[in-house]
Amino acid sequence: MPTAVRAPSPGRPPLVLLVPALVAATLLVLPLVALLLDTPWRGLLGQLTEPAVRQALWLSALTSLATVAGCLVLGTPLAWLLARVEFRGRALLRAVVTVPLVLPPVVAGVALLTAFGRAGLVGEPLREAFGVTVPYTTLAVVLAHTFVSMPFYVLAVEGAMRTAGGRYDDVAATLGADRWTTFRRVTLPLALPGVVSGAVLAWARSLGEFGATITFAGNYPGTTQTMPSLIYSTLQGDPELARTLSIVLLAVSVVVIGALRGRWLVGAGR
Amino acid sequence: MTHTGRRSIVSLALALTLPLTAAGCGGDAERGTLTVLAAASLTEPFTELAERFEEQHPDVEVRLAFDSSATLAQQVVEGAPADVLATADGATMLTAAEALDADPLAFATNHLVLAVPRGPGPVEGVADLADPDVSWVACVPTAPCGRVAATLLEQGLIAGEPVSLEVDVKAVLARVVDGEADAGLVYASDVVTAGDSVRALPLPGAADERTVPSVLALPGAPGSAQDFVDLLLSREGQDVLRAAGFGPI
Repeated sequence: MPTAVRAPSPGRPPLVLLVPALVAATLLVLPLVALLLDTPWRGLLGQLTEPAVRQALWLSALTSLATVAGCLVLGTPLAWLLARVEFRGRALLRAVVTVPLVLPPVVAGVALLTAFGRAGLVGEPLREAFGVTVPYTTLAVVLAHTFVSMPFYVLAVEGAMRTAGGRYDDVAATLGADRWTTFRRVTLPLALPGVVSGAVLAWARSLGEFGATITFAGNYPGTTQTMPSLIYSTLQGDPELARTLSIVLLAVSVVVIGALRGRWLVGAGR
Repeated sequence: MTHTGRRSIVSLALALTLPLTAAGCGGDAERGTLTVLAAASLTEPFTELAERFEEQHPDVEVRLAFDSSATLAQQVVEGAPADVLATADGATMLTAAEALDADPLAFATNHLVLAVPRGPGPVEGVADLADPDVSWVACVPTAPCGRVAATLLEQGLIAGEPVSLEVDVKAVLARVVDGEADAGLVYASDVVTAGDSVRALPLPGAADERTVPSVLALPGAPGSAQDFVDLLLSREGQDVLRAAGFGPI
């Protein structure tokens, strides 16, 4: 009796593909392994409880969660607008929303300063009218983070709304639901996986944000110095501590990827 | 174990770049390059001196990189390909010089001042820094300019709190020039080179906390590195530094 039909063996992977693939994998893994090897694990806990580190950890947690909240409240309606409403200039709006995704963060910081800085387009009238200055405040950090994180969230949610399709919305409408009810009861629940993965992506982006923050919000312990800014400042004087702090963010990244993998695959499979 | 690992990575990087440098030197000109890492505060005089050096040594191309002294010293210790290191103070230089077992030279002096925008503003003296409505900035304590600022704060010669700690002195200056801060603690030389946009107010106690910019031709650098150091210490080099607001040793 013949054994089960086997697919023809594809043969050995050719070296011309295998070698660059291994180089690529090494390039991605080696720096992280070096970081792990070089970390003074014994002093880790003591360093994490230092006031400057505690402040930066707390500030990073606070601002990244505020950023996610901002994305949920403002980004969800924007995603809905892009996915469900036909209007002139929709393609243009989507393109504009995507720009911060590829913009160098330091350019984002300069742009934010030009708009909200003390001498900025909005910042100057704001300061003259209300005496409010945005830079150097925790609000500026959240503003910078929201600017760079929002596109990740909006694109994820818009994609989820599009893949869910408008048919259920149409059914809800024929049953007499108005658009707000439809959004709440039909569109949003169907897009929930996108909302979750978008929020996680935005959160991760916010947690790692450095260039726009240090350019726009500045760098001061307790008010604007987030973990990446602290790592950068620390690297100048105490590289060992900088590596320890980097480990913390690396651990968070690994957890995020672990959490996202399931969501992401579910999202892609639909 | 990790250290041998790092060394072999460095040598791998060198092995990869060497053929490139060799190819770059091809042709009849055979122009060598001299890489000078200099503190941000040295931007203007070093740019000028590099131009003069290239005029005097047509066979050498000077490549300049400016950053915080602490960052540069760190890079040199980690084996960054450079020929000359110039820091804003002696303490930062010592970390590099000790690691490389080399002898640096002092070539100027500098001191902190309070930079404010030209024209009337909320800051007319160091006492105004205590006003919570005043936004002023300084360097991070790891940078030489920040170390002095931290000392003055500790001694109570400055009251109040900065709103931001910038990574190098030019970033502090930029905040003042752009109007994003009412005042900034920068070097006297920075105000001179910034031109008309800012003016300097005296900072009590800063004269006792002078910084001493130092230079080092790195071990293994070509002879042109020493030539550059010589230019810096020569009458001509010192004149350039004086014009840029640096004091004599």
